[in-house]
Amino acid sequence: MAALILTLFLPLLGAGTILFMNKTLRKGIQYTALGFALATFVVSLFLLFGFDPANADFQYYIHTTWIASLDVGFRIGIDGMSLLLVLLTTFITPITILSSFQAIKDRDKLYYMMLLLLEFGMIGVFVALDTILFYVFWEIILIPMYFIIGIWGGPRRIYAAIKFFLYTFIGSLLMLVAIIWIGIWGGGDAGFTANYLTLREIAPTIPLAIQQWLFLAFALSFAIKVPLFPFHTWLPDAHVEAPTPGSVILAGILLKLGTYGLIRYNLELFPQASIFFAPLLSTLAVIGIIYGALVALVQSDVKKLVAYSSVSHLGFIVLGIFSMTTEGLQGAVIQMINHGLSTGMLFLCVGILYERRHTRELAEYGGIVTVMPKFAVLLGFAVFASAGLPGLNGFVGEFLTMLGAYQSPILGTWTYVAFAALGVILAAAYLLRMYNGVIFGPNLNPKNHALPDLTKLELWQLVPVTVFLVWIGIYPSTFLQLSETNMRLVSSKIEAAHQQMSQEHRVSPTNQLLLSPASLSFLLPQEIKNMPKQNQRALPENGNGAAQQQAQQQMSDEEWMQE
Amino acid sequence: MNRDIALWGALPIYCISAWAVISLLVDAFSKNSRVSFHFAWIGLLLTAIAAVGSFPYEGAAFSGMIATGHYAAFFDVLFAIGGLLTVLAAHPYLERLQFELDEFYSLTLFAIAGMMLIAHANNLLVLFIGIEVMSISFYILAGYFRNKTLSVEAGIKYFLLGAFMSGFLMYGIALVYGATASLHYGAILHATTTGSLSFPTLLIIGATFLVIALSFKAALFPFHFWAPDVYQGAPTVVTGLMSTAGKAAAFAAFLPLAFVFLPQLQIKLQLLLAIIAALSMLYGNIVAITQQNIKRMLAYSSIAHAGYILIGIVAASPDGFAAVTFYAAVYLFMQLGAFVLASVLEQQYGRHLEIQDYKGLYQRHPLLAGLMAVFMFSLTGVPPLAGFFGKYYLFVAAIESGFVWLAILGVVASVISAYFYLGLVVAMFFHPASERSESPLPAGTAGITLAISTLMTFLFGFFPSLLLRVTQQLF
Repeated sequence: MAALILTLFLPLLGAGTILFMNKTLRKGIQYTALGFALATFVVSLFLLFGFDPANADFQYYIHTTWIASLDVGFRIGIDGMSLLLVLLTTFITPITILSSFQAIKDRDKLYYMMLLLLEFGMIGVFVALDTILFYVFWEIILIPMYFIIGIWGGPRRIYAAIKFFLYTFIGSLLMLVAIIWIGIWGGGDAGFTANYLTLREIAPTIPLAIQQWLFLAFALSFAIKVPLFPFHTWLPDAHVEAPTPGSVILAGILLKLGTYGLIRYNLELFPQASIFFAPLLSTLAVIGIIYGALVALVQSDVKKLVAYSSVSHLGFIVLGIFSMTTEGLQGAVIQMINHGLSTGMLFLCVGILYERRHTRELAEYGGIVTVMPKFAVLLGFAVFASAGLPGLNGFVGEFLTMLGAYQSPILGTWTYVAFAALGVILAAAYLLRMYNGVIFGPNLNPKNHALPDLTKLELWQLVPVTVFLVWIGIYPSTFLQLSETNMRLVSSKIEAAHQQMSQEHRVSPTNQLLLSPASLSFLLPQEIKNMPKQNQRALPENGNGAAQQQAQQQMSDEEWMQE
Repeated sequence: MNRDIALWGALPIYCISAWAVISLLVDAFSKNSRVSFHFAWIGLLLTAIAAVGSFPYEGAAFSGMIATGHYAAFFDVLFAIGGLLTVLAAHPYLERLQFELDEFYSLTLFAIAGMMLIAHANNLLVLFIGIEVMSISFYILAGYFRNKTLSVEAGIKYFLLGAFMSGFLMYGIALVYGATASLHYGAILHATTTGSLSFPTLLIIGATFLVIALSFKAALFPFHFWAPDVYQGAPTVVTGLMSTAGKAAAFAAFLPLAFVFLPQLQIKLQLLLAIIAALSMLYGNIVAITQQNIKRMLAYSSIAHAGYILIGIVAASPDGFAAVTFYAAVYLFMQLGAFVLASVLEQQYGRHLEIQDYKGLYQRHPLLAGLMAVFMFSLTGVPPLAGFFGKYYLFVAAIESGFVWLAILGVVASVISAYFYLGLVVAMFFHPASERSESPLPAGTAGITLAISTLMTFLFGFFPSLLLRVTQQLF
């Protein structure tokens, strides 16, 4: 209990402390921020001790009423997936603060406040079990990121910051409408509810025609954040203009909010609609994989290259999610962690180069290994992890997501995997081209002759990440086992819904007209609560203890409280 | 009990009216405008306290002419606080612009008195008197800088159009009287629900006229044309009061009328209002994008905000009405805060009001820039600030009543508004200071206004149920 509360609020406390510090105390502010971020990390490690991976329920559940009349509460708790992502957040944040020591040269006070506020918001999104609370955290993140890009960014920072804000804002506001809609649907006689646990029970009974629209409202918001092709255009701008620590946070954690949301909200609340839309989203994911890779292949700017590689890598995660098999989902979860670590590290490395040479043009570099051997080795780890070399973490995630997509009865074809595999090859191509161009070859540019190798501060940023790249690559079970029970539950629920749907011959994913105009009737005035509910309770039995898991999931709030 | 209601329930009205009249005398006998200032803010504070005290005295007084208690008391508190914040901000502003005349404070008191009368109205004639008292005070206040062309233009423009709209209002009242043979809200409601109307068509026309007149006062599209010019020309603090409390007063009139007319005219009136709301939200926000003057920008965006508020009336449910009052309250703090902040930076009449002038404000004055950012984010509707919950409750009410499309339009409008609200944040934080910019002078008592506005913007954002619990009691 206390551990979760502390993990969530320590960053906010840190931001509050910095607010009252004198802005001339630069070192003091920096180390206060670092201290709070490290403390948060240490506290978050304690979450592991009390966590039972075999239990599919949300643990450390806390519920305090916030707005009684609308049943909005301060409800937080974590399952395996959110635990992993919280740990990723608390791990990456101190590292970005270390890199900020070099990258941020003015207005430190505001900067470190914003960074800690950002951490607060991100942890909040991962632990919120209340739709309105979730939404509040989701929006809180916008403000600090907007400032970080806008104040400390590159030459086109203002354009990038506004684009980032508006893209995310439009998606999230449509999500708000959907949140209100299901809140009214799920509220019953009480009028409204924002309780995620209640909604997870009730939302699947919404008629499919309306579920589709709600699914789209949520999916749009998350797809923009991920970003899924064709909503990705804000990402390269934001990445290129953001300062190094901003890019690390953006790639490392912020993008994961979208994929997290897709699992937590889209899959769990709207299983039927998810099945219905799986082919569409998987197709977009595969397009993103190839498109991102191809664009990355021709970039001359190293940072842009890494940014587009994110579009490609996130495609794998989305493909894994919409395979909706246990393997695919597990692959997606581990790939979220992997991408956070390896792409975060790539951005750190780009930042390190930029600090020395103030350029990110690939052509300016070459033969760096002769002057910066330590850097060459560590960048190598990040590049090969990102390219999915067996033995490093990227391989595990990509393998699992593709395995899941291949086996998926819902996607039902190997085509997706075939195209996705093309992305893996392309990834090797653009990453090796980048690595080759920077590290090897003759060191011809005279400006590069005397570059200093990594400082102690930089080693502190890169080495811890490298440890995890190897750890996940060699023994992923440490991490996979945390989320396995949850993902198994999600996929079994989807499977049950899928069987039910195909039995009733109501919808098969391929031959149903997309979003019939008749389904738009929900826009017209009507009593939401009087709509017919789908019969969701009569789920067919399906092997490995689905019924037992169903029962588990119906545990009442009181039992959660006792945890 | 009846005497209690007439005495205690109507106390805020006695208080503010007496104070306004006495303040005229104070002006006449004292040569020092400082005295008028202190007299005015003390009076408004006392009125606010009296209004809080009058909350439980629910009923009707003066042969049913005015209603008292919950609903009226809530708006009384709101108007008194709005007036108080304005007066506090006006004192240093007028002093700086060297145009502090005693009448300013008495006129503000009269305007507040008019607003309160509107909230208390239980009879169409009382409503008319309230609106006139408020409007006439505002006409004069808008043209208060009598040696500045823009200000005089604002006054004249507002007066001519306002007088015309008073005609609409009166004519609407007459037609409703013709249809229902009464001016009393209860009697009209009785007549419409029992169906004993001699001329049902008159009722529809009359109600439409009333909607038009009130839409004008609330600056709703397409009756908004006066707003940008008047808001720009009027003294900045007056604009703040007009666009917040003045608008809230129009909605305070709207709500009881909605109760009276919606049972009979539900379908027709609801759709009309929904269209007005949708157009106001979109028009206000789209046009605001191109504005370079911050007062005009806020003026156009206030058209959009009136549109948001109207959503709650369209929803025509207790939740919707509660959302209207909630939004009116939080909007008062954030919008007034923004205008007062603009007035603090305005060192001569009409100067330093371009968005250009806000460039690099963060470097020159981080605190003011930070506060402005808070107001802008709140007006955009970013949680956890008060503006978000205002919009949230409105959208909940709209979706509950089946107006999903209106909620979606509201959302789209919010995204558009993000563009220009953030534009100001961009100017303040992301741009270096321009050479035109000067360091602002100390804010004086306007600091209190800013502090309270910011505090409320945060408070109702973090603990919206504090306010929601009150607004839900009203209906």
